[in-house]
Amino acid sequence: MGEQELFWVMSPVIVLASLTLLFARKAVYVLAGMIVVMIGLAVFYVTLEAPFLGMIQVIVYTGAIMMLILFVLMLVGVDQKESLRETIRGQRWIALAAATGLVVLIVTTVYRIELPIRDIGGMNDGGNPQVIANALFGEWVLVMEILGLVLISAAVSAIVLTHLPRSGDRRSQAERAEERVRARLNPVNKPMPGVYARRNALDVPAIDPEGKPVPASISRVLKARKQDKDGSEWRAIGKDEAAE
Amino acid sequence: MIPEDTVVDPMYFVVLATILFSIGAVAVLLRRNAIVALLGVELMLNASNLLFVAFARSHRDVSGQALAFFVMVVAAAEVVVGLALIITLFRSRQTISLDEPMDLRG
Repeated sequence: MGEQELFWVMSPVIVLASLTLLFARKAVYVLAGMIVVMIGLAVFYVTLEAPFLGMIQVIVYTGAIMMLILFVLMLVGVDQKESLRETIRGQRWIALAAATGLVVLIVTTVYRIELPIRDIGGMNDGGNPQVIANALFGEWVLVMEILGLVLISAAVSAIVLTHLPRSGDRRSQAERAEERVRARLNPVNKPMPGVYARRNALDVPAIDPEGKPVPASISRVLKARKQDKDGSEWRAIGKDEAAE
Repeated sequence: MIPEDTVVDPMYFVVLATILFSIGAVAVLLRRNAIVALLGVELMLNASNLLFVAFARSHRDVSGQALAFFVMVVAAAEVVVGLALIITLFRSRQTISLDEPMDLRG
C-alpha cells in the first residue's frame, strides 16, 4: 500500500493536466494546468525520496516561475486571440506523428536496459538537504559557480531588455508651473475634495475663495456614477444664507 | 525503509516522463502563443527532471538530484530572459503570436 497506488493516481492527473497545453484555447487555462503538473511532480519527488527537490519544486516552480509567467500573461496576452490557421500545411499531423514516434523510440530503447528496482538505501542518512548540499558544494561546486554567473547575466539581460529610456528631458515642477501660466490655465494645483467645505468626504466638492463649489475637485468616476454632491448643502456659508 | 515490493519500477517513470516530454514538444511545435510555447519548454525540462530523480533513487546516487536542481536553476534563468523577450516583442508589435512577425523572412 502506498507508492504504487500513488503513482497510478497521480500520473493520470499529471498527463491530463499537461494535455491543456495542446487543447486549451486560453493561455490562462494552460497555466492553471501547468500548475497542477508542477504540484503533481512535487508529490512524485517526495515519494522518490527527494523531499528537498519536492519543496524546491513547489516554492520555485509553482510559487515563483509560474506566478512570474502569470504576471506577464496578465500584462500582455490575456485577451490575445490565437489564430488556428496552419502556416505549414499538415503541421499538426506531422507534429503528432513525430511525438508518437519519439515516445515509441525512447520507451522501446530504454526498455532494453535493466534498471534496479529499489529505494534510495542509506543515501539520505543525515537528512536529504545536507546530503544534497554536500554534493552541490563538493563534487559539483564548479557548476554551482557557473550557475551563479548564469543567473546574474539572466537578471541583467532581463533588466536591459525591458528597460525603456525616458523620451525627452525631465521637466521640473517650476517649468511645468511656468507653462501653465503661459497657457493661461489655472496656475495652481487643483484642490482636493472637501477643501474649505464643511466635510472632507470624497464626494464633497472643494469651496473656492468666493464660496462656490469647485466641480473639478471631484473624481470623474463619482460624477459618472452620479454619486457626487453639488456642494450646496456643504458650503460654509450655504446654511447661513438659507437661515436668513 | 520502504519494503522492496512496494517500490515503483523506474521504467514507469520513464514512460510517464517520455509522454510529458512529447506533449511539451508538440506544444512548442503547434501553439502560436509565445507564452504557451514557453510553458511547453518548461514541461520538457520537468519531464527530464523527473527522470533524473527516478534514476537517482534507482542507482542510489544523489548526483541525480543535484543535476535536477541545476536544471531548475537554468529553467528559472531561461524563463526570465524568455519573458523579457516576449515583453519586448509585445511592445514593438502589440502581439505575442509567434507567427505574425513575418517580416523576418528574406
